[in-house]
Amino acid sequence: MNKIFALAGVVIKELYRRKDFYVLFVLTALLTVAAGAVNFFHDDKIIRYVKDICLLLIWVSALVIAIVTTARQIPAEREARTIFPLLAKPVSRGQVIAGKFLGCWLATGVALLVFYFFFAIITGSREHIWPWAVYFQAAWMQWFMLAIVIALVVLGSIYFAAPSSTSTISFIVVVGILGIGSHLKIIALQQPEPMQFILTVIYFVMPHLEWFDLRDFVVYDQSLVSWPALIVATVYAAVWTGIFLLLAWLGFRRKNLTT
Amino acid sequence: MSVILKTEKLRVEFKSSEFRQAVKIAVQGLDLEVNAGEVFGFLGPNGAGKTTTMNVLLGFVPPTSGTASLFGIDVRQPIARQRIGYLPELTYYYKFLTADELLRFYAKIFGLTRAETDQRIPDLLKLVELEHAAKRPIKSYSKGMQQRVGLAQALINNPDLLVLDEPTSGLDPLGRMKVREIIQRLKNEGKTVFFSSHELGEVETVCDRVAIVHQGELKTVGSVADVSAGSANLEQAFLKIVGAQSQPLP
Repeated sequence: MNKIFALAGVVIKELYRRKDFYVLFVLTALLTVAAGAVNFFHDDKIIRYVKDICLLLIWVSALVIAIVTTARQIPAEREARTIFPLLAKPVSRGQVIAGKFLGCWLATGVALLVFYFFFAIITGSREHIWPWAVYFQAAWMQWFMLAIVIALVVLGSIYFAAPSSTSTISFIVVVGILGIGSHLKIIALQQPEPMQFILTVIYFVMPHLEWFDLRDFVVYDQSLVSWPALIVATVYAAVWTGIFLLLAWLGFRRKNLTT
Repeated sequence: MSVILKTEKLRVEFKSSEFRQAVKIAVQGLDLEVNAGEVFGFLGPNGAGKTTTMNVLLGFVPPTSGTASLFGIDVRQPIARQRIGYLPELTYYYKFLTADELLRFYAKIFGLTRAETDQRIPDLLKLVELEHAAKRPIKSYSKGMQQRVGLAQALINNPDLLVLDEPTSGLDPLGRMKVREIIQRLKNEGKTVFFSSHELGEVETVCDRVAIVHQGELKTVGSVADVSAGSANLEQAFLKIVGAQSQPLP
């Protein structure tokens, strides 16, 4: 486990030494602050729209950080050939995959924590309420959704040599799932066979990232999701993450790496 | 004398990505034994199979058939690499890390304790004369300094076997001298060194035994004196074995 943490540590160090990470980070923070500070039409309920926009920004930024950062990890190791001195040491390819995943996931978690903290301060200063448990649940679910996304991107980065290809394909898949995931079953029922069958199968075998989206709970009713449901969702995310990481390991361990 | 590195009937094939293209045989039937405490030179012209053999030994490429082991452990097991140090031909290190951070990272991979790491890193940085630059990012280093970081990382676990791939390639005379000194020092400490090189003069100076491979096959193995017997020097013997003759310039 120490080896996996050591690998994750290098990923995190690389992240906080890169300028693009800060640009996105500062941009999101500024937009969140700006959106929270504006009082459109002096309408008290406008805060809901502001919250909606802020949370959308947080979702987009977190996805960009997670996908772009993860997509370049293994291809960059191969391109810079740092993979060779690394694998010449007593570390397995599975540990490399796990370390890369953990580093990206932890870094994204830290980013989320800061984003949600900003969000809580801004909205709290306007509404004078601090529903920390709701924020915690929303951040927790988003973080575990990002675990699935990061594992999916790790898998993609094994098969696509260019980080840009992995990023683009991952964005399309993730946005596709988030956008139509919950409607796919209804769409399937409206289709003729065999499309109905195909879409139904896709609905049941794809990871439902949209289930982790608690933005409406934060923006509108501010009620809590039941804790057992949160635990089930966490296990669901862990299973999908495990599946993607296993597939990534199976692909990576067969790869010939020639100096 | 115990065998540290061993290959038996090692064969490595690469499938061509082109349809119906024949497989390329990079190494065929390689039997090699390197004993504890010796400096072993692994020689051959470009494309002879040296790098592929090293890639198998380091676990980068699986053998198609045959076996390869380090310290009696199959090279496919990561633990086989616990007691080795590897210096690649070129510098492939995380440029955003400092030398100190890089060495600490690799020390963790080897499972060294904090105390061992704290003791070992200053010694290594002193050995490779990088104490003054230990806290600077590697990307700010000159090529020679980066190569010296490479040497330090190869020695972080105090390895019993050092695998060097063209260790003096691209180094200035001072850098070459440093590498030779380190090889000699390791030999005096009873360590085993396995290295590939095109610098036959250098090989002649430091090696106890050499192996020459050509077209994926082992052509000869023995002491430098035995291999050079009948030729003016190792270079002439090498050229004779691989079927090339030096031609006088017109």
